[in-house]
Amino acid sequence: MQELGKAEYSSVRVTPQGENRVIIEKDISSEEMILNMGPQHPSTHGVLRLECKTDGEVVIEAEPYLGYLHRCFEKHAEMVDYPGIVPFVDRMDYLASMNNDFAFCIAVEKLLDIEIPRRVEFIRVIVSEFNRIASHLVAIGTYAIDLGAFTPFLFCFRDREHILNLLEWASGARMLYNYILIGGVAHDFPQGFKQRASEFVKYFRPKAVELQRLLTENEIFVKRTKGVGMMPADVAVNYGWSGPMLRGSGVEWDLRRDDPYSIYPELDFKVCVPDGKFSDIGDSLSRHVVRALEMEESLKIIEQCLEMMPEEEGFDPRAAIPKRIRPKAGEVYGRAENPRGELGFYIQSDGKSTKPLRCKARSSCFVNLSAMKELSRGQLIPDLVAIIGSIDIVLGEVDR
Amino acid sequence: MEDTQENKPQSAEVIAAKAAWQIIREKFGDAVSELDENAFMPFFEVLKTERWREIALFMRDDARLRFNYMACLSGVDYPEEEKLGIVCNLESLGEHGHKIAVKVKCCRDKGIIPSVMKVWKTADWHEREAFDMYGMRFGGHDDLRRILCPEDWEGYPLRKDYQVQETYHGIKVPD
Repeated sequence: MQELGKAEYSSVRVTPQGENRVIIEKDISSEEMILNMGPQHPSTHGVLRLECKTDGEVVIEAEPYLGYLHRCFEKHAEMVDYPGIVPFVDRMDYLASMNNDFAFCIAVEKLLDIEIPRRVEFIRVIVSEFNRIASHLVAIGTYAIDLGAFTPFLFCFRDREHILNLLEWASGARMLYNYILIGGVAHDFPQGFKQRASEFVKYFRPKAVELQRLLTENEIFVKRTKGVGMMPADVAVNYGWSGPMLRGSGVEWDLRRDDPYSIYPELDFKVCVPDGKFSDIGDSLSRHVVRALEMEESLKIIEQCLEMMPEEEGFDPRAAIPKRIRPKAGEVYGRAENPRGELGFYIQSDGKSTKPLRCKARSSCFVNLSAMKELSRGQLIPDLVAIIGSIDIVLGEVDR
Repeated sequence: MEDTQENKPQSAEVIAAKAAWQIIREKFGDAVSELDENAFMPFFEVLKTERWREIALFMRDDARLRFNYMACLSGVDYPEEEKLGIVCNLESLGEHGHKIAVKVKCCRDKGIIPSVMKVWKTADWHEREAFDMYGMRFGGHDDLRRILCPEDWEGYPLRKDYQVQETYHGIKVPD
């Protein structure tokens, strides 16, 4: 806090009758106050600092300051060979490691121009859709807790734990998997995985509905989020928003459908956008609703994949991994839809080295967060929490 | 391997990018270079750096182009050309669906690239990041500060000739 605004005591006047009465004058003014939110504030979901210029309860402007978690991803990437980058990519968006790996591997494979075995593609899609549900569960759960609802948080984390167990069983790690490799995956699914996965889908479907009824239709929750942090569709596109944020503004855009990769073109799923009956299109509630609806779509994708996945005896998921990864000279921009939006990698190869010449990560949260200044203008301080929560940032990916 | 690459028919993506490039070429003539028709990421270069903002605005607003979405803007170092540059991946989202990449280069020492933050708001933070990592200036950017590194950090970390500063606030910087 810098300094408190000077109160206008002149408004206490002695009336002609001789009694002290407080007369609130119309021209009463307060001074601007700078209020720091973060870097250790729990609702900033990590280490983000917002410098809020406030006038009473109203935020005039909130300027985000980043870099507290900057770990020099791009510099690191220039120093190690391609497979060595994958573990760092895991640690960028640590809530959706599978999706990150997927995006990075797509970019490098595009540059290498190699064919991926069909079963590997199914494995990748299944694990990344599982990770998408897990990530959305964290987003929804922590959003609820930001706004004072404790129970949905526990429900979300209980179900997320089942997914983490499944992914741990497949990959050997609980959160940072290093499972999707360039040209393949680390291991085939263990025996019985398919059955457990479909059991989970059956188990989770009613739970998602329950969560919807508990939180999304909760009157207090709706009052806190409806009409807060509005973002019109054309401005959202101009800001480069992607993922649930963009869809929350009513733009039907999903890389899985609109710039298809892997086996997504063969799968049947819907791109979720709010219909405007329940929320105002473009507000924080819409963004939450999109995430809630998307979990069901991910379940649908997993179900289809489990059914369509080819069974092969003694399948080696590492068979297509090149012995030495040294792409031809060239540059590529590869991207995938991760739970927070478009995660892209711009990679430049000189054709001689096994290390990239340049590797830039286009982080979805970084871009989504850049609209914070505009979103927060003229909002109330408590609404600021509702807005940050709806952006669903992971600071590991923002700062890289 | 390389032969098969060249014999492959051009993908729809490259053809669409070429059509878009032709419109830009028609309007701006030799301010833009030939299109590099590779299959991964077709791109052209803006040869007259000072016209970049004008080109950007045209690309966004022309009804035939409508590049309304900037996917990515990356800073790049070209030490052998003594230049710094940016690579922008642009896309017409929800309208034409075509994609193209644009390269803009500037002098390595105190070079200036026109800022496009008013054209695509995505560019605001991305240009700050490119400045933070490479040190090129963006002319017309409202708020060109470091974004990821501390404000008093010395040097530009992603330049190929970058030397880490020895101490930072009295603390030894590890190698």
